Amino acid sequence: MTEIKVKVKLKEQDIKAIKEICATFDNEPGNLINCLQKIQEHFGYLPAEVQEVVAANMGVSVAKVYGVVTFYSFFTMKPKGQHPISCCTGTACYVRGAEKVLEEFKKELKIAVGETTEDGKFSLSCLRCVGACGLAPVVMIGDKTYGRVAPEKVAEIIAEFN
Amino acid sequence: MASYKMHLLVCGGTGCKSSDSMLIVDKLNEELKSHNLVDEAKVVMTGCFGFCEQGPIIKVIPDNTFYTKVKPEDAKEIIEEHVIKGRSVKRLLYVDPKEHARVSDSKHMGFYKKQIRIALRNCGFLDPENIEESIAREAYGALGKVLSEYTPQQTIDKIKKSGLRGRGGGGFPTGLKWELAAKSVAEQKYVICNADEGDPGAFMDRSVLEGDPHSVLEAMAICGYSIGASKGLIYIRAEYPLAIKRLKIAIAQAMEYGLLGKDIMGTGFDFEIELRYGAGAFVCGEETALIHSMEGERGEPTFKPPFPAVSGYLKKPSNVNNVETFACVPVIILKGEEWFSSIGTEKSKGTKVFALAGKINNVGLIEVPMGITLREIIYEIGGGIKNGKKFKAVQTGGPSGGCLTEKHLETPIDYDNLIAAGSMMGSGGMIVMDEDDCMVQIAKFFLEFTVEESCGKCSPCRIGNKRLHEILTKITEGKGTMEDLELLKSLSNVIKDTALCGLGQTSPNPVLSTLNNFWDEYLEHVVEGKCRAGQCTALKKYIIDPEKCIGCTACARACPVNAIEGDKKMPHEIKQELCIKCGSCYEKCKFNAISIK
Amino acid sequence: MKNVSLTQFQLNKMALIDIKINGKEVKAEAGSTILEAAHTVGIEIPTLCYMNLHDVGIKNNPGGCRVCVVEVVGRKNLAPACVTEIMPGMEIKTNTIKVINARKTVLELILSDHPFDCLICAKNGKCQLQKLAQDCGVREIHFPGEQSTYKPDFSPSIIRNMDKCIMCRRCETMCNKVQTCGVLSGINRGFTAVVAPAFEQDLVDSPCTFCGQCLAVCPVGALTEVDNTPKVIRALADPTKTVIVQTAPAVRVALGEEFGLPAGTRVTGKMVAALRSIGFDKVYDTDFAADLTIMEEGTELLDRLTKFLNGDKNVKLPLLTSCCPGWVNFFEHQFPDMRDIPSSAKSPQQMFGAIAKTYMADKLGVKREDLVVVSVMPCVAKKFESQREEFKVNGNPDVDYSISTRELALLIKQTIGDIKDLQDEDFDRLMGESTGAAVIFGNTGGVIEAACRTAYEIFTGKTLEKVEFEQLRGFEGVRAGKIDFNGLEINIGIAHGLGNARKLLEDIREGKSHFHAIEVMACPGGCIGGGGQPLHHGDSSILKARAAAIYEEDESKTIRKSHENKEVQQLYAEFLGKPMSEKAHHLLHTEYFDRKKKTIE
Repeated sequence: MTEIKVKVKLKEQDIKAIKEICATFDNEPGNLINCLQKIQEHFGYLPAEVQEVVAANMGVSVAKVYGVVTFYSFFTMKPKGQHPISCCTGTACYVRGAEKVLEEFKKELKIAVGETTEDGKFSLSCLRCVGACGLAPVVMIGDKTYGRVAPEKVAEIIAEFN
Repeated sequence: MASYKMHLLVCGGTGCKSSDSMLIVDKLNEELKSHNLVDEAKVVMTGCFGFCEQGPIIKVIPDNTFYTKVKPEDAKEIIEEHVIKGRSVKRLLYVDPKEHARVSDSKHMGFYKKQIRIALRNCGFLDPENIEESIAREAYGALGKVLSEYTPQQTIDKIKKSGLRGRGGGGFPTGLKWELAAKSVAEQKYVICNADEGDPGAFMDRSVLEGDPHSVLEAMAICGYSIGASKGLIYIRAEYPLAIKRLKIAIAQAMEYGLLGKDIMGTGFDFEIELRYGAGAFVCGEETALIHSMEGERGEPTFKPPFPAVSGYLKKPSNVNNVETFACVPVIILKGEEWFSSIGTEKSKGTKVFALAGKINNVGLIEVPMGITLREIIYEIGGGIKNGKKFKAVQTGGPSGGCLTEKHLETPIDYDNLIAAGSMMGSGGMIVMDEDDCMVQIAKFFLEFTVEESCGKCSPCRIGNKRLHEILTKITEGKGTMEDLELLKSLSNVIKDTALCGLGQTSPNPVLSTLNNFWDEYLEHVVEGKCRAGQCTALKKYIIDPEKCIGCTACARACPVNAIEGDKKMPHEIKQELCIKCGSCYEKCKFNAISIK
Repeated sequence: MKNVSLTQFQLNKMALIDIKINGKEVKAEAGSTILEAAHTVGIEIPTLCYMNLHDVGIKNNPGGCRVCVVEVVGRKNLAPACVTEIMPGMEIKTNTIKVINARKTVLELILSDHPFDCLICAKNGKCQLQKLAQDCGVREIHFPGEQSTYKPDFSPSIIRNMDKCIMCRRCETMCNKVQTCGVLSGINRGFTAVVAPAFEQDLVDSPCTFCGQCLAVCPVGALTEVDNTPKVIRALADPTKTVIVQTAPAVRVALGEEFGLPAGTRVTGKMVAALRSIGFDKVYDTDFAADLTIMEEGTELLDRLTKFLNGDKNVKLPLLTSCCPGWVNFFEHQFPDMRDIPSSAKSPQQMFGAIAKTYMADKLGVKREDLVVVSVMPCVAKKFESQREEFKVNGNPDVDYSISTRELALLIKQTIGDIKDLQDEDFDRLMGESTGAAVIFGNTGGVIEAACRTAYEIFTGKTLEKVEFEQLRGFEGVRAGKIDFNGLEINIGIAHGLGNARKLLEDIREGKSHFHAIEVMACPGGCIGGGGQPLHHGDSSILKARAAAIYEEDESKTIRKSHENKEVQQLYAEFLGKPMSEKAHHLLHTEYFDRKKKTIE
């Protein structure tokens, strides 16, 4: 189990922002997931303090919010890097060598999947099928898609962002 | 589309967009402008053409010229040659791999010849962000027909007679599902579209939503009318931003045109559609889990019955169908149930979309009639195995499915035959594997996926799949025993029998089907410590051929663990007990003296 | 089922339908599950996650453990008996080889992700998983593999060792559906899925009330109470310490169950004898403090009533009882804005401690730090309560160690073995006398009934003809009763189970409550159903037997009104003065805190 050590002090405007987002969903518990998505869009991640404010506004327990956040892979409690790298590990990419590409990213960035580099520049994650199987193996960095990525090209790709 | 002499359709599917097709659109428009041709030709960004392998793709209408692997810098030439001079740009035409000749239009390409496009009928033919183009291709015609000519029961009967079955995996008869929901008595009912495509290696739902969103909206309204629901919800993966954007545009436009909303087409029928976002959980493809997720809960499935048709979203009767299923509905209404049921096999009617990928020449999205053989798909549509390698297996049904092998090449593909062969239709992922793929690793890959995606609610899935994965890992590391193979089989069968939901009940399929079809490979791993595909690192053995080795010492210098010994200019030798199988020596050797056993 | 839709079918619940179980023709109620139908004909299907709290109307049947799977003829997969509804003509087989093999494999899987420290586990011998493994003949785990591990969580009351969790979700049901505390939720997914508080924080940092209902239903050793018996033994072994013990009313009607006596057997005298022979220097009764509580709380009620009748608009009514530490934790966390409404009177346990370490210490001639006060409680929240800072003097708590009924049974088994053959003995005096009013504190409605007995007589100046207020008794989750105080109608509300308490609190917040006084107990049934009692596994007949025994004990007493307790009267005369005096206020009253997390506001 990775321990969650992110401590954030929420500013008044942050709390206001969360409240406003919750209100757009009528503070209706049934909209919890859509609401959390909007809030993650706003903050980039969902630290514990944010979840507490959401729970209070939506009228559900914090434990339930946390239960939902930890269930869905889209939600994260850790801030992502400036350039989030996602390696597709869908079957098509897998059989065309996605694993080796992922290994190379880990080696180059010296981080594991789910981690962020110390300088906050890159974070690494896996995703399942972006629907660009023709370009397998595929890597996404931010909104940009890189197709037919060979392990040897990894360093070059990272260098684009340095 | 009538006012322009020429249309340049640029593929806006994810694959092509990833290879700069947006930029191509910009460049084409720039060129048109600079040549003063903006009134002559129009550039349209469409949905996916399907032939992702050859993307980015541009299709020119009316002559159907099909350009492949277009780059932004080709825009100038296309405008100057094709639009102005009427001559196709030869070098961008598709080359038939067998005939080695350039093929000018898509109708004559092997990839398209055997396809019948029903669900994908409009993908690549229209601008999905413009409802008028959809209406020009008969969108909402079926809804109008249903609302004015048929009773809800008649509509359900038509769908029943068409033989349409759920395209999301299970293959439950769609009409019957609608009928169950129609019979439930409640003030509020819901039509739910399952667009939480999570199968790793399948993207047909995404393509339909991105390329032809109105077909799904229309079908949901037809379903709403049939079952007595005024509300529709689309549960879509948040990771599909383009599909979400296009759906939002489509819903807004349909509302504006009175094709959704209150009193549709003046018939008194109300139907509204809202989007709900999935947040990344494969299990939410299971309908009860999907419903819980829409209610703001953890996406844990619950036991059926009660079925959603009786107690679904907010405990109200709900009908859940997948995107592709919905996409077939309007055509069935317009062309008739007899037409639809004339396509396909006895128990599986119509077509199925497959995401053809893996070690195959023509990767892409294909739609084929049920009953087509695997051979036709792989060798005619798919253009055979990449790099002339030997075909080994096709995996269908994703993590719930299994592998088909050479002996299944002539089997007509439909729901029942796939199940009989130990696989399943699933949502339509079709991954081709060649001799370089280790089937134990493939089984392990899928189990890794299931372990990650299991919700954890029931013990067989939560713990059982983890154990399957551990045993498979053991085998790929060369530590497996014969008893492990027996355990794999017996544990798989218990998980199938006891797991709570569809995900758990089908999760051992990749194991069972590879055990059945590739028993020899498992045996080799366990008994001989050998991986014929060379994928299991721990089982690799690097050997220096003393005949070929000239003693250059390059390998010994490259070895990170000093496992290679030998005097200069004398044949070297790898100490197997020290070797960590990193492959450095293999890469360094310039004399092909090192081989992998 | 021809032409009958499922909904119609479900409406028709009382109809009997024909099914076949293990070849036997059975008529069973439509709408019942295979498990229930089989039970009616004496076929027991093993279960693990399943729990049915009939009286609360809450079932925990996620269908998750898959131990109860059976064969339904014509179905491909095995069916979980606890959630599969029977259908006409259904043919069920509960003991085929396929079923046995599946059940055994599932059990092996669960065990493969479970620590093997059974011999030193708190649930050893009482663990349902252990029993199932025994019954199903599991002797070997064929699937050794990684085991899930989590950070252990120690609080003053409850220990969470989630390595042992089997994801039955019973605790979650108790915490969220019954108690509405919302502390626990399923978190993560797949192999790492487990039940935990938000952010996997410790219970002490969560809004946990320590009511202990979660651990009372945990089938394994994942949730257990903190065992204070080693500390008690250490104190008893220390010759410099004087160790005295107090026993709560609900303990005496449940302790016997741990020694094989039927539920509802009163073992008061045997319990006293056992405690004395274990070596406690004095054996006192918490009931004495319960009478004291009534004096203080009853006076407070009368005080507020009188002010109210005199037109004081600021007076806080209804008065809420404050004896239950789970309940106190609940409103401090969830309704801190209303923390001036409950009575400021401490609970009997803490009143006892405060008097013991002052008045009694003097009488015994023992220094405070050499006097060890042990309490035996039906409760695990009492452990937490005894460790509250406001109940300590220079770090020395008024009550040193609180042990549960179960822990006492364990202590007896470790020392003198059994209680059945002991001769009855009586409590030591000066803090040993009690009235019938004190005994009924153990039942839901008891505290408020005891308060009414005293308040009525003081308010009206009349003697009660009949001390039983039947209108306040019963097992309904929320009850209301009217009492005639000489023409003044007093409205009494009662809630047991925190979910029910929440409803009454919400009414008060919205100004809709018409009650003058409300009794709240955190645990369903009151203290007799406390989290520290012998496990009743949701069997309400056990609770009813315990309740009846409490009322019997009340009837057996000659004095049944708190203000008539001679020793309590002596205490006021010698030490405290009168109820609500300055000294009484200092020793017997407390204040409440806002424990809601501040980030939320």
